[in-house]
Amino acid sequence: MTLEAVGFWVVAVVLLASSLAVVLTPNLFHAVLYLAAALVATGAIFLLLEQPFLFAVQLLLYAGGVVTIVVFAIMLTERLIGERVRQTSRHLVNGAIVAAAVFAGIAGFLLRSPLATPRPGPVDDATVAIGRALVGPFAVTLELLGVLLVTALLGALYFARSDE
Amino acid sequence: MIGLSSYLVLAALMFSIGLFGVLTRRNAVGILLGIELMLNAVNINLVAFARFHGDLLGLVFTLFTLSITVAEVAVGLAIVIVIFRVRRTVEADRLDLLRW
Repeated sequence: MTLEAVGFWVVAVVLLASSLAVVLTPNLFHAVLYLAAALVATGAIFLLLEQPFLFAVQLLLYAGGVVTIVVFAIMLTERLIGERVRQTSRHLVNGAIVAAAVFAGIAGFLLRSPLATPRPGPVDDATVAIGRALVGPFAVTLELLGVLLVTALLGALYFARSDE
Repeated sequence: MIGLSSYLVLAALMFSIGLFGVLTRRNAVGILLGIELMLNAVNINLVAFARFHGDLLGLVFTLFTLSITVAEVAVGLAIVIVIFRVRRTVEADRLDLLRW
């Protein structure tokens, strides 16, 4: 096994284990911590695909930003309720059946379609190309994204403001 | 050699796990966590296809989906906090204000 294969299997096991922990652990706070692990593992997948820039973005936005927001939300709501948030699951069997069916559908599609694309040789760092694309053909999209982020965050602020 | 389908199967597994979480969690925040898992699985697909086809578009798209997801989480959690304030509950089953 090559180094890449070993890395892939290690990251895959970590990713799937932490993903399962996110949906199965009864403590919501622990679920967020497992989600952080799953997000970092996703970043490691990006690293395996030779995209260090996306790895950095993933760490900054997700592992840094999203996890922090969710932890804040859990703490706020637990304080609001004044008791521990009950975190039980329901319809476990039905959920498992539906999820397994979706996976079987996707896997069946993957097996039927020939995807034996050989991996191209090592690429240069794509960061420069991404940057050029963002201010070139995707400049308008980038600006729209900025508008969307401002609108969404203002909306979140408006929703979560205190009444006083 | 790890091929494209390995990454796709991994992403499909992660997507299914996230879907399972969305379907089974009672807590609205837990449902949001499941949605996060599903969106991440899609990002793995985008990056894997971009890498194996040597196409920059997938990487740019991943950046956009990442940012939009962060905005979605912020708005979603703000809505959850408002719902907590109004209804004093976290359980998605009991949020039936719009149900007839």
